[in-house]
Amino acid sequence: MIAPLSRFTLPQRGLHWLMAACILAMLFIGVAMVSTVKPAHLTLVSLHKPLGIAILILAVLRIAVRLVSRAPGLPADLPAPMKLAASLSHYLLYALMIAMPLIGWGMVSAGGYPVVLLGGVRLPAILPQSDLLHAALWSAHQVLALAFFAVILLHVAAALFHGLIRRDGVFASMAP
Amino acid sequence: MPNPLAPRSTLGSLVLIAAVVGTTAAAFAYTAGWLSPNRLTPARFVAAFAPPGGPASGHRRNHAKGVCFTGFFEANGAGAALSKATVFTRGRYPVVGRFNLGTADPTVVDATVRVRGIGVQIKTPDGQEWRTAMIDAPFFPVATPQAFYALLVASAKKNDPAAMKDFAAAHPEIGNFGAWAKSAPFTESYAEERYNSLNSFVFTDPAGNDHVVRWSLIPAAQVVTLSAEELGKRAPNFLEDEIAQRVAGGPLHWAMAVTLAEPGDPTADPSKAWPEGRRTVEVGTLTADKVIAEPDGPCRDINYDPTILPTGIRTSDDPFPAARSAVYAVSFDRRTAEEGDYPHTAQEKQK
Repeated sequence: MIAPLSRFTLPQRGLHWLMAACILAMLFIGVAMVSTVKPAHLTLVSLHKPLGIAILILAVLRIAVRLVSRAPGLPADLPAPMKLAASLSHYLLYALMIAMPLIGWGMVSAGGYPVVLLGGVRLPAILPQSDLLHAALWSAHQVLALAFFAVILLHVAAALFHGLIRRDGVFASMAP
Repeated sequence: MPNPLAPRSTLGSLVLIAAVVGTTAAAFAYTAGWLSPNRLTPARFVAAFAPPGGPASGHRRNHAKGVCFTGFFEANGAGAALSKATVFTRGRYPVVGRFNLGTADPTVVDATVRVRGIGVQIKTPDGQEWRTAMIDAPFFPVATPQAFYALLVASAKKNDPAAMKDFAAAHPEIGNFGAWAKSAPFTESYAEERYNSLNSFVFTDPAGNDHVVRWSLIPAAQVVTLSAEELGKRAPNFLEDEIAQRVAGGPLHWAMAVTLAEPGDPTADPSKAWPEGRRTVEVGTLTADKVIAEPDGPCRDINYDPTILPTGIRTSDDPFPAARSAVYAVSFDRRTAEEGDYPHTAQEKQK
């Protein structure tokens, strides 16, 4: 018998699903806005920036909550490579949640663009204007966005694997 | 092991997982345009500007030849009734600008380029910014970004005389531009050009009312036109050389005129000029008092994206500013990555 796992706390589950929606929307908005010259381009860019800042704030909050609340352990019978994969992929997800908005913000700053959110809210530049920084951050933003999406697909596949095949309580621990 | 869930085969579950992941990935690929080779993406647009030998690495993909200037915009206060943007309140605001030529070749002979332009960035003390990029033509060659892309593709087919004919048949508005390009005189100086926004934008006034407008910079300098023969005798970089000399003799000025659309005017179509006699308000004066070579000039790293607007100005139903923003961003991303190919000093250039 597998010992029943406790669930993540309600704030943790709430943050998880809210961020899941935000991040997926963000990734789709990102690839859509750079692939069109239609007026939707401007609308999507104007959503992308505040959503990125929202994700950054939520990610900081989430890590704080995670440090305070801890997390239910993985099933004892989960093979070691899977445990390692679970642990690494979660570190990677947290790192990307923090890094992607900062890279985007830094890239806009280094490009000499004003950092303007919806409603005319202006944020300070977090980097000086620099071609080299702009180019490096732009490449990083693009590559890491695709990596982020790939890790999310793995995360979804793993969650469903736990929920449908192993039925070990891992899926239920974060279910809404 | 008791399980509240209905029994399900492992194979069925794996298929379900594959379906969820596969559908999400396919939706992502579709959104990104990876499944739509015909989608007009900013990258395809930028590629269409490239000359046969490829783009000039490190330079803007269009309007590639240019020279920086600095100066200021002095608002006379008249624009404040039309837009609540700070830039129209009486005062003097710093400008970083760029005179340029409508070509993808930064080494072009100045006299061979028909379209001249200006990029202007005006900053106000509240942190707001207005960027505009204007040209000397009185209207744009075509009505839509899609048509402009088709024009670039058609004009690249030098060996196919039918390509331009077919294009002109499908986009008859090009005729006006062709007539302008043939007949409009060439001036002797960037300082003598009238530059036009062509695109329309929306001003929001302090009472919250919207006004659809276009704007122009009208030169204070007396216009001296050159015959084709005189033009042909000018040095390859005569425009840059001339403007640097001229500004050494005193600052250069343009009046900024804002023209208001009336109901029914073609606000979405920059290939159509608005009828004569539309209300026009002079909102201030642009002054250039220093000209700096581009390689190490302050305009070099500015993307004159016309959608960077202060509160009080926004885009209209004109589809061009959005397309320009998307395309300029790709040009900027590419050239900042190629920074090393465009040396910052003339000395480096000789190496």
